[in-house]
Amino acid sequence: MTPRTLYRRIVDAHVVRRLDGPATAAPRDPAGARDPAAARDPAPAAGGPVDAAQPGGACADGAAMPGDQVLLYVDRQVLNEYTSPQAFAALHAAARPVWRPAASVAVVDHVNPTTPERTARTMVLADADRARQVTTLGANCARHGIELYDMLDARQGIEHVVASEQGLVLPGMVIAAGDSHTTTHGAMGALGFGIGTSEIEHLLATQTLIYRVMRTMRVDVSGRLGPGVTAKDLVLALIRRIGADGAGGHVIEFTGEAISALGVEGRLTLCNMSVEAAARGAIVAPDDTLFDYLCGRPKVPTGARWEAAVRAWRGLRSDDGATFDATVSLDAAALAPMVTWGTSPDQGFAIDARVPDPAAQPDPARRRGMARALEYMGLVPGQSLDGLPISHAFIGSCTNGRIDDLRDAARVLRGRRVAPGVRALVVPGSSTVRAQAEAEGLAQVFIDGGFEWRQAGCSMCVAMNDDHLVAGDRCASSTNRNFEGRQGAGARTHLMSPAMVAAAAVRGAITDVRRLLPD
Amino acid sequence: MEPFRTHTAVAAALPQANVDTDQIMPKQFLRGVDRAGLSAGFLFDLRFEAPGRPRAGFVLNRAPWTEAGILVTGPNFGCGSSREHAVWGMRELGVRCVIGTSFGGIFADNCARNGVPAIVLPAEEVQRLMTLAADPARCRMTVDLDAQTVTSHGDGRVLAFAFDALRRQMLLAGLDAVGLTLQHAEEIRAFERRHFAAQPWLT
Repeated sequence: MTPRTLYRRIVDAHVVRRLDGPATAAPRDPAGARDPAAARDPAPAAGGPVDAAQPGGACADGAAMPGDQVLLYVDRQVLNEYTSPQAFAALHAAARPVWRPAASVAVVDHVNPTTPERTARTMVLADADRARQVTTLGANCARHGIELYDMLDARQGIEHVVASEQGLVLPGMVIAAGDSHTTTHGAMGALGFGIGTSEIEHLLATQTLIYRVMRTMRVDVSGRLGPGVTAKDLVLALIRRIGADGAGGHVIEFTGEAISALGVEGRLTLCNMSVEAAARGAIVAPDDTLFDYLCGRPKVPTGARWEAAVRAWRGLRSDDGATFDATVSLDAAALAPMVTWGTSPDQGFAIDARVPDPAAQPDPARRRGMARALEYMGLVPGQSLDGLPISHAFIGSCTNGRIDDLRDAARVLRGRRVAPGVRALVVPGSSTVRAQAEAEGLAQVFIDGGFEWRQAGCSMCVAMNDDHLVAGDRCASSTNRNFEGRQGAGARTHLMSPAMVAAAAVRGAITDVRRLLPD
Repeated sequence: MEPFRTHTAVAAALPQANVDTDQIMPKQFLRGVDRAGLSAGFLFDLRFEAPGRPRAGFVLNRAPWTEAGILVTGPNFGCGSSREHAVWGMRELGVRCVIGTSFGGIFADNCARNGVPAIVLPAEEVQRLMTLAADPARCRMTVDLDAQTVTSHGDGRVLAFAFDALRRQMLLAGLDAVGLTLQHAEEIRAFERRHFAAQPWLT
């Protein structure tokens, strides 16, 4: 057999049937056609992946190749209240059953309130439209026998946080969901990716997707992250390096010393935000760190099944000599805490850098984008963000709402208080995380420090419930998207790690967390 | 799905890079449980100062682009959130095709599921089409998915493009992907038997 990447290994194990070959070039060559092949496989943009290897040779052993169309079996899907209703409606209109209800789990996470009290009374949504989304999800789950973690369920939380902490995602699985951050699950040695609502319908009806096999990108991270530098900083550095479309059409595999040294929650952060570089998946090979994390979780097999599973999972790795379509190398030891200055996740830099000058950008489209971003963000070229006053601090999201994230932030906050004039919120990624943080005393650190200690949900990351900012607000945020209007129309978002958010909240301005770390 | 064979329309240029689906369909339009009515939200903050108050300077509010049926877009158009609402609203507004150097992956998949081909072309060709699209006298184009060509009437050029063979067939015929897949139901069941027998911990 030709050496295979972990991605191909997982895909090959889920191919129900081959559907067709790769993209067809144009059938003829009319005037004006330059190079149809170039359209199929556009060269990476400037600053894109380096060391691009030649695509693998002819497929002698029947393995799936990039561009192949396959009917891909999906082991698990997670449904939410805002991208699933139209999928169920289409299924019902066609009078089709759900193929395998046990493969689905549903969670309310995008629109639910995060008020500090969570009771049957506070979980009545005043907004009739959002309330209908929640009741529609409940009705659809009841009709088809799908397990639902509703707003008052102790397991409720952001779908990606819930899925890993409940053990719903196991190594080698394929998981898809109607949320772009489904790449998160690559940290479990699984292939996870986001899909639209039409594909949710396809999945509910057939448990498969018509899937185009992606190219592969190896991101090798040598060295160790320094004090105050986290997985969030690493992924922001990667996105800055390769660009917001740098991994387009690729599935990333993270390798190297820094990745082995990361805990599972750090890996979840890394895989989660890989989608902000346009990756269609991001995987870390399973290892003992992962098996320790999984063992004993509610949906994880036990006893002889666990033993057999771990034996199989140890084979889930890229073969020696496997070829990647692109390779990117980073040195973890050279990284500093990162912060974004713009309105795309690739517009970030180390905290000690200065806002770049659009005039120095040769590409006109990028230059215009930078200028527009600076205008929106109220920043000028040459400015330092260190010391830039904030109005809000937000800790939460599927990127950074897990227990390790709260521990990191609490370590900075302990014995300190949020600066006057700053509104600071912690929204745990799940109700389970919230309960654990309360048991560990972290909740009290946040409350004593002046943070609002809230209930779990997507909250101010996507601002689809009542948690949102207004025009001119400036937020230090542990979330994943600094898009215009993401946290509220006209609001300004600076992405950073949870520890950096805690530091900014204390100082009332963006700052280098390393100044506040205990020795 | 409505088939797509050929479409002739006014093309509008949206040159900005990384236009994300939060911009294409902002959160206030994500409260529904159906697909209809979303054209009102398409690129809302770019098109409108406030509900009912269009921004006069924005391309889609100016003739002839009020009738735009093709968009020529900057790189990575449709990045970010998976929300298919972005495509439903765009399609409802009358856009049948998008052309650019790259698209958000989930967005491009969503386009294909809604009868809207997302066509990838080299940067210099997109730039040429962008320039034509910005000229009210030269902005008509024809996308022929059967022949895999884009004809820009403004300069008379015919440009070939590559496209996934299967996706092309499905768009041309307006096929129901679910119905098509269910023809293989027995194979899916056989796959499940093998898959779960080999990995009993998955059941």
